[in-house]
Amino acid sequence: MSAPHPQLDAQGNLKHFLTIDGLSRELLVEILDRAEGFLGVAQQAVKKVPLCRGKVIANLFFENSTRTRTTFELAAKRLSADVLNLNISTSATAKGETLLDTLRNLEAMHVDMFVVRHATSGAAHFIAAHANPHVSIINAGDGRHSHPTQGMLDMFTIRRHKPDFTRLRVAIVGDILHSRVARSQILALTTLGVPEIRVIAPRTLLPSHVEDAFGVRAFHDLREGIRDVDVVIMLRIQRERMNSALLPSEHEYFYLFGLTEKRLSVACPDAIVMHPGPINRGVEMDSQVADGSRSVILEQVSNGIAIRMAVMSMCLGTQNLNSQREYTA
Amino acid sequence: MTHPPRLSLCHGRLIDPANGIDDILDLHLADGRVFAIGDTPDGFVPSRILDAQGLVICPGFVDLCARLREPGHEQKATIASETRAAAASGITTLCCPPDTFPVIDTPAVAQLIQQTAKRLGFARVLPAGAVTQGLEGRKITEMAALKRAGCPVLSQSDRPIRNTQVQRRALEYAATFGLNVFLHPQDPDLSEGGCVHEGLISTRLGLPGIPEASETVAVARDLALAEQTGAQIHFRGLSTARGVAMLADARRRGIRASGDVSLHQLFLTDTDVASFDANYHLIPPLRTRADRDALRIALANGDLSAICSDHQPHDADAKLAPFPETAPGISTFETLLPLALRLVADGVLDLAGVIERLTVSPARILSRNLGHLTLGAPADICIFDPHATWIPQADTLISQGYHSPFLGQAMQGRVVWTLLGGNLVFELNRRLPKRTTGVRFAPDPQEQPADCAPATAAL
Repeated sequence: MSAPHPQLDAQGNLKHFLTIDGLSRELLVEILDRAEGFLGVAQQAVKKVPLCRGKVIANLFFENSTRTRTTFELAAKRLSADVLNLNISTSATAKGETLLDTLRNLEAMHVDMFVVRHATSGAAHFIAAHANPHVSIINAGDGRHSHPTQGMLDMFTIRRHKPDFTRLRVAIVGDILHSRVARSQILALTTLGVPEIRVIAPRTLLPSHVEDAFGVRAFHDLREGIRDVDVVIMLRIQRERMNSALLPSEHEYFYLFGLTEKRLSVACPDAIVMHPGPINRGVEMDSQVADGSRSVILEQVSNGIAIRMAVMSMCLGTQNLNSQREYTA
Repeated sequence: MTHPPRLSLCHGRLIDPANGIDDILDLHLADGRVFAIGDTPDGFVPSRILDAQGLVICPGFVDLCARLREPGHEQKATIASETRAAAASGITTLCCPPDTFPVIDTPAVAQLIQQTAKRLGFARVLPAGAVTQGLEGRKITEMAALKRAGCPVLSQSDRPIRNTQVQRRALEYAATFGLNVFLHPQDPDLSEGGCVHEGLISTRLGLPGIPEASETVAVARDLALAEQTGAQIHFRGLSTARGVAMLADARRRGIRASGDVSLHQLFLTDTDVASFDANYHLIPPLRTRADRDALRIALANGDLSAICSDHQPHDADAKLAPFPETAPGISTFETLLPLALRLVADGVLDLAGVIERLTVSPARILSRNLGHLTLGAPADICIFDPHATWIPQADTLISQGYHSPFLGQAMQGRVVWTLLGGNLVFELNRRLPKRTTGVRFAPDPQEQPADCAPATAAL
């Protein structure tokens, strides 16, 4: 969508990972294949590979996060990189330091990669545009815009259960409007060839022109929307959206859009249920579904580490792993 | 004090839309005013002849909204820097909105700005007085005093009044003194937190959107209040097809309302935002191609009366942040003429039509007898080369602000000379002093009836 490709270097290799938008199917498959190779690292007695030894990776989190930051940290450590964790929301910006000043200071410490989470859409693009040319930026979530590693770990999880993307029906349920996760998922699913993507939410939680913007089908009825789908992705509803002009109550939301075993019965019998976490039990879904046999929610977390290892090692220009596996679409 | 020199502008194509002139005619100036048109009068000895062969001679441009940033935001720009840039852009009169610091809500601030501009002598600066004290939307200002202090119109700048009762009272009080009120139509709640047009692009990029209804709701409210109160209002910078259609309909019904468009809205659309380039962060936001086309048609058929630069110079830091956190607005003085000429090339308007919407039409909205070259009128003149091509660059712009999405693009049309009250205030390729020396130009002509009915009709 944007003119010069902001994420690739002159040779077409991944330099930054800011958004799924504009990346080729081949590149996404390469990320998935690489992550496949890294899954085994967690099973080893020594859970490390030396691919990023001597590199310094800074987790730059301007927004609170435990899960995402932890998996990025673990991924970096398994690649043998040195890791800095910086929770900026409570330090520099509170003192009036600008985003660019924070970046410059860390660059002066010879950091090779920044993993950035920021509450503002476009923050990762901004940092990538102004960072020193040898520094790689990985977007760990910017506003409502993009969360590409989450999108890819979800693709990875789907592929492990449903290897052929071109035959899938996928439904995404919940707060599409505010969700960077949904945007990244939709772009990744589309790029990987998924023919039918549905978004299901009340009108207040669907962004304007969502069907035209993403080529998806919008539903306002959960039962209708998940009928015959292979994958159901539930999104987290932020508590602050409740009792506002967006949603009246958790009770009504669960009544209309909460996932239960009974409702799930209209989906394909082998449908999987996903959630980026953390779950609000009894709001997005009941515990029976969350802990049920079709839930792959915890797998998503483990897969997140492998995907982040794949992306980090690719951006830091390390060699291809021998353990790549071929997947034919 | 030096008197303006006697000048003859020869061999140029004189375009004066107010008088229906578009012909190769010489123009002779004396005492800072238009002295004669056509043959040199007997006994007229010019001290300088400007050869305008191949050039267009027209009234100096009148800009309805340009930020000078002084007082209060001198890190962005100053009256000196921006009036110099205005002169280099062919603009001889400009209206600055009241969002300075302090706000233009007292005669003292209005006078300070005018005195500074007069001392510098590059452009006539007309401050728009604030509608409410501190632009806070609660208590109205001393509007009569602001009018006496030289404010031709009132404005709330880009901080719309939330309380409809305050808006109504403000319009009524302004109408008491025949003051036109400039309104930036934007519903404060519907636009809260937004930074781009709500549509395909906001959805794809996850940027908080400003819906079309933000404009149409405000336009509907303010037209209803104008109808109820008989006040005269002017919509500054309409951006949507529906907003413009509502204005056009209201005008047909006799509501005393007018509107203008910011020139860049006629060229850019929301798809330009796609790379998070802060130079496309504008309020009102860039809308769709359909909106842009409707704005062009409305400008052509007169539903929109004027072209405005909406010049907003910024310091570097204001644009160095993630897109939504940057300050909206761009520097637009120096691309005003070439972009306006693109409208001619695109077949939107003829050259005289474009000049009309840059000169006499906005002057009428300001109730000032300017923007034309009638005998005896102040010699505020722009002489430009319609064919000269050049490329605007950050380091060659005269404005202190250099944020523009048009940098690096070839522009056709360049101002060669600008005259203010008969004095040369800009000459292409000649370094001008930091300020003109003791220039005396003809005083601002006092109000003339605008294109609407007299204010008393409302009372």
